[in-house]
Amino acid sequence: MTNSNQPLVELRDISISFGGIKAVDRVTVDLYPGEVVGLLGHNGAGKSTLIKCLSGAYQADSGQILIDGKPVSIENPRDARAQNIETIYQTLALADNLDAASNLFLGRELVSKFGFVNDSLMEAETRKIMHRLNPNFKKFNVPVSALSGGQRQSVAIARAVYFNARILIMDEPTAALGPQETQMVSELIEELKKQGLGIFLIEHDIHNVMKLCDRASVMKNGQLVGTVKVDEVTDEDLLSMIILGKKPEKAT
Amino acid sequence: MSDTSPQGQNGSPLTRFLRATEIDTRLLGMIGALMLIWFGFHFYGAIFGNGGYFLTPRNLWNLSVQTSSIGIMATGMVLVIVTRNIDLSVGAVLGLTAMIMGILQVNILPQYLGLGHPMIWVITVVVGMIAGTIIGTFQGWLIAYRGIPAFIVTLGGLLVWRGCAFLSAGGRTISPVDPSFALLGGGPYGAVGETGSWIAGILACVGVVWMLHSGRKLRQEHDFKLRPMWAEVFLAVVGCGTIIGAVLLVNAYPWPRGIVNAYATANNITVPPEGLFISHGFAIPVLILVAVGIFMTILMTRTRFGRYVFAIGGNPEAAALAGINTKWMTLKIFALMGMLAGLAGVVASARLNSATNALGVFDELYVIAAAVIGGTSLAGGVGTIYGAILGALVMQSLQTGMVLIGFDTSVQQIVVGSVLVLAVYLDNLYRKTVK
Repeated sequence: MTNSNQPLVELRDISISFGGIKAVDRVTVDLYPGEVVGLLGHNGAGKSTLIKCLSGAYQADSGQILIDGKPVSIENPRDARAQNIETIYQTLALADNLDAASNLFLGRELVSKFGFVNDSLMEAETRKIMHRLNPNFKKFNVPVSALSGGQRQSVAIARAVYFNARILIMDEPTAALGPQETQMVSELIEELKKQGLGIFLIEHDIHNVMKLCDRASVMKNGQLVGTVKVDEVTDEDLLSMIILGKKPEKAT
Repeated sequence: MSDTSPQGQNGSPLTRFLRATEIDTRLLGMIGALMLIWFGFHFYGAIFGNGGYFLTPRNLWNLSVQTSSIGIMATGMVLVIVTRNIDLSVGAVLGLTAMIMGILQVNILPQYLGLGHPMIWVITVVVGMIAGTIIGTFQGWLIAYRGIPAFIVTLGGLLVWRGCAFLSAGGRTISPVDPSFALLGGGPYGAVGETGSWIAGILACVGVVWMLHSGRKLRQEHDFKLRPMWAEVFLAVVGCGTIIGAVLLVNAYPWPRGIVNAYATANNITVPPEGLFISHGFAIPVLILVAVGIFMTILMTRTRFGRYVFAIGGNPEAAALAGINTKWMTLKIFALMGMLAGLAGVVASARLNSATNALGVFDELYVIAAAVIGGTSLAGGVGTIYGAILGALVMQSLQTGMVLIGFDTSVQQIVVGSVLVLAVYLDNLYRKTVK
C-alpha cells in the first residue's frame, strides 16, 4: 500500500524564532506510516513549537515540510487538516461552552442541503465514535466544561480520529489522565498504528516512550540532539540525551 | 422511545416539569421579572396614580414600539459580547445613519425622483443600512486586523460618528421625513391593522407547531430521547396562546378619534355617532424586530457562522486551531452590528418623523444593558437572541413605567442603573447554583 522507504512526513531544516530567540533551530525529523515517533525534551526545548509548524498553528521561518515526499505549504490549521494532519493539543483546544458534538465537528460542521448545521446528525455521529472510544461517555448535551478531564480528552481524541487522519500529532495526551484512561490511550495508539497512521507523540514520561514509540527524537534548546530507535537504547540513554544533550555512542 | 428514562422519574414535580419541557429556567426568570415590573407599575398606578395604568393595550402597544430600536441593536450586541468584544458606538452610528438617511430622503432624492416617489424610502433604507455596514466594517477592521481593542475603537467611534452626525447637517434637525418611510416607525398608519395582525399571528402559530413537529421528527430519526407528548402539547399551547394574546392585545388598541375622523373624511366613510373602532394591530417596527430576531436566532443556532461566534467566545485559541478565521469573523460581526444600527436608525428616525443629531444618545448603554440583562455573559461564549430582546423589553418597561407614574429623569436613571447591576448579580448567583 505505502512504500515504507518513503516517509509519510518529513520536517526538513525547520527554524522558527520569536523575538530573536530561536525556538526551533534547523531541526529535521521524519515519520513513516504505522510508526510512532516520540518527541522528547525539557519544557521549552521546542517540541511543541516544532509540531505546531506541522499543525498549522505557527509558520516556520525557514525549512520545508514534505508529505509523501512532496513539499507542501501549511499556512494555517485548515491547510493541515486538508493534508489529513490531526492534532490533539496539550490544552485540548476545546470550546468549553459548546457540547461534545459541536467541538468534534468545529470548523467542519455537517450541514443540511440548505447550509444549516445538522446538529442531530452530528450528535448521532458523535455518539457512534464515542461509543467506540469511550463507551462510558454519556454526556452529549452539556457543555464540555461540565466534563471530567478524561472525558474532555476523549472528545479531543475523537475529533482527531473521526476525520480519518493519516498523520496524528499528540501533545502529552496522557498528562491529565488517570491510569485507566492512560491505558485507553495506549491501546488506541496501538490500534491506530496498525491502521497505518503515523503518530508524533510528545511525551515526558520515559516509560510511556519506551512502551509506545518506535523511534524517539530528542530536542534541547531548540536543536535536535538526535533520533534513536527506542529498542536500541535504554531509559538512561534517553535521559542523558534529554538532560545532557548527548547522543549515546552506540546509536550514532 | 425512552420517554421514561431513569432520570425523568426523580426530582420534585417542578424539576421534572422543567426537564420534560426543556424550558430554559433563565427564560422563566426573565419573564417573571418582566411580569413583576408590569404588575408592579400597574398596581402602583392604580393605587397612587391618577389613572396611569400600565397594563392597557395602549401602553403595551407603545411599549412594543419603543422597544424595537433598542431590541434590533441588542440582537447584534449579543454577537459582539459573546465574542468577548464590546461596541460602544452603536448609538452614534444610529445617529449618523439617521442623519444620512434624513438628508438623502429630504434634500437629495426628491430632486431626482420627485417628492413622495415610492422608491424614496426603499433607497433610503438600503443606503442607511449600507452606511451602517461600512462604519461597522471599518471599526471591525481596526479591531481584528490592526489589533486595537474594541473598547477603544468603539469609544472613539462614539465621539467620531456623533460629531459626523452633527456636521452632516450643521446641527439642524431634518423633518419631516418621507411619508412612506415614516410608516416604518409605527404610529396609527404604520401598523398592519386587525386582519394583518391575525394573518401574522396565525402564521406564527403555524411556525411554532411546525418547529415542534420537525424537532420531534429529527429526534426520532436519530433515536434521541423525546419530550413526552404532554410536554410538546404544553409548549404548543403556551406558544400559540402567547401569540394569540399579543394579537388580541394589539387589536384592542383603537385608532384615536382624530385619526379616525381624518381617515373617514379621506375615504368618504361616515362615522357613526358612537365612533368607529379601527384597530392598530402590530406596529411595523415591532414586526421588523420580530423578523430580525428570527433571522438572528437562525443565524446564531443553525449556521456555521453562529457556531463559530460561540466557539470564539468560548475559547478563541481553540477556534483558531480548528481552522476558524477569527479575524475575519470579528470583522463580519462588527459589520453586522453596524448594519443593525443602521436599521435601528431607520426605525428611530421614522418614529420621530425627523432626523436629529441627538438621535440615539445613550442608546449604546441601553443596548449593552439589554443584552447583559438578557443573559449574555461579558466573559464571552454565552448569550441568546431572545434573551436580549426580552432584556430590551425589561429596560423599556422600567423606563415607560417610571414615566407613567411620574418619576423624574434623575430617578429613572438611578433605578435603571441599579437594576442593571442587580440583574447581573442575580445572574451570577443563578449560574453558580446551576453548576
